[in-house]
Amino acid sequence: MLSKIVIANRGEIALRILRACRELGIKTVAVHSSADRDLKHVRLADESVCIGPAQSANSYLNIPAVISATEVTDAVAIHPGYGFLSENADFAEQVEKSGFTFIGPRAQTIRMMGDKVSAIKAMKAAGVPCVPGSDGVLDEDDHEANAKMARKIGYPVIVKATGGGGGRGMRVIHSEAALASAISLTRSEAAAAFGNADVYMEKYLENPRHIEIQVLADGQGNAIHLGERDCSMQRRHQKVIEEAPAPFLTEETRSYIGERCAKACIEIGYRGAGTFEFLYENGEFYFIEMNTRLQVEHPVTEFVTGVDLVQEQLRIAAGEPLRYTQDDIVIRGHAIECRINAEDSETFMPSPGDITMYHAPGGPGVRVDTHIYSGYRVPPYYDSMIGKLITYGSDRTSALARMRIALNEMLIEGIKTNIPLQRELLKDAVFEQGGMNIHYLEKKLGM
Amino acid sequence: MDIRKIKKLIELIEASGVAEIEIHEGDDSVRISRQSTVQVAAPVAAAPAAVASPVAAAASVAPTVAAEAPVEEITGHVVNSPMVGTFYRAASTNASPFVVEGDTVAEGDVLCIIEAMKIFNQINADKSGVVRKVLVENGSPVEYDQPLFVIE
Repeated sequence: MLSKIVIANRGEIALRILRACRELGIKTVAVHSSADRDLKHVRLADESVCIGPAQSANSYLNIPAVISATEVTDAVAIHPGYGFLSENADFAEQVEKSGFTFIGPRAQTIRMMGDKVSAIKAMKAAGVPCVPGSDGVLDEDDHEANAKMARKIGYPVIVKATGGGGGRGMRVIHSEAALASAISLTRSEAAAAFGNADVYMEKYLENPRHIEIQVLADGQGNAIHLGERDCSMQRRHQKVIEEAPAPFLTEETRSYIGERCAKACIEIGYRGAGTFEFLYENGEFYFIEMNTRLQVEHPVTEFVTGVDLVQEQLRIAAGEPLRYTQDDIVIRGHAIECRINAEDSETFMPSPGDITMYHAPGGPGVRVDTHIYSGYRVPPYYDSMIGKLITYGSDRTSALARMRIALNEMLIEGIKTNIPLQRELLKDAVFEQGGMNIHYLEKKLGM
Repeated sequence: MDIRKIKKLIELIEASGVAEIEIHEGDDSVRISRQSTVQVAAPVAAAPAAVASPVAAAASVAPTVAAEAPVEEITGHVVNSPMVGTFYRAASTNASPFVVEGDTVAEGDVLCIIEAMKIFNQINADKSGVVRKVLVENGSPVEYDQPLFVIE
């Protein structure tokens, strides 16, 4: 097992990783910015190293600083968490070149899946269903070919940046008249945002659900899926509520899509934890992208499968073969996660500041993944997500009821949070029924 | 047990009001006791989970502890480390240090080297003056913003 690792992240996920390390007897090094000296995991870690100023670009995204901290503490591996450098192929490559283990897939896998066009090609080759599309980068100047392609796919179409992802760098086009200018505009935006102007085209699905499949692969020829998550409750491409399993999905459908994802892992030589994201409409799955890292919403899968995903990441990185076969994975009960953000429930403006009082909910089937504590100051420099509240029950009704109770007990004072909004959403009749599409929440909020 | 860790524990005792620390780590153990009766306010914040693991809390041997350990006030301009790495006082093992306490330096003079990822970075004085204190030992790891020199 790994002797000591660097946790190259912050907030709740850094604490999550620290807990998994503690259980496995792995020593922890918390690298942090100067604004994060009082993070809970920094105080709990065996060692801590300040790697830069508050600005992420000079700290959490500072590759030499992270690797240097790994050197001076004699750590053997780096866990990148999610966001930051977790899907940066150059970082993974430099980590390995420096003689350390990157806890995740190989750099070339990250690179392939980071380029959306090559990812789709690889998935098609592996038998994973994809959205009908251009199957390649668009030539901005070939108007005729682009128009023909769009007609073949059928309007509305969506143009997406190949270097983008997570809802950024995309534009929907409803008619041929708007096509050429939309392609140019998206290319400019992509160049500015991702340093890569290449775009591709896909059919735009109007009312899909967002359903994703969790996988684990050991890089030694074994790969399994751990079922799906429904993350359709989104606002501006940011997930607000996630759940597992997806309401109304049959065991057959789960096996069908899950098996294809596991098989794809073997074909592309995947290693570690990963998530295949799909749009699901009219009973069909359409691959959109793969996240080659741990996801924020991993706890709901942990609840319904009983598998500790972070520990499995550490075991795989330590060279152990997968401990589970596909038959060992049984989906039991239902889990729901509400993201807790330091933001105004109505205006969504971020609300950093001092948490004067924090009281966690509890009871059977309640899990709180957060780094906050009474007296903690939420800094203004980072993501507004300050925690996750997850509930589990023997069925969806029970999980929902426990979530309502837990949200009522949860107290965070001194800053604004989205807890009032979450309480409202848990009362929503459509959400209670389940199966809503990815536009529902924005419609409800009048956007 | 790592000599660096023991050194940090000694600094921790000196900087806090703790009289004695005993740490067990696997087969190793060390006990450090303070003899003097000097009471010093503890600049090191106690970990909130000290309840769960007293050993872990005491042994939080962050390089930050080293930075907060000096009891005397630091007057003058403090040169902080701009990066993470290993601190060297000279260009090579046989060379003499760039600066020693008492030296006069001009802005831009090389004070030390910080090595990170096999690259040796020269750290320059951002102010002219006399080097009053060298705060880090040769070959020690340093973190971002850690005080290195005091220039008056």
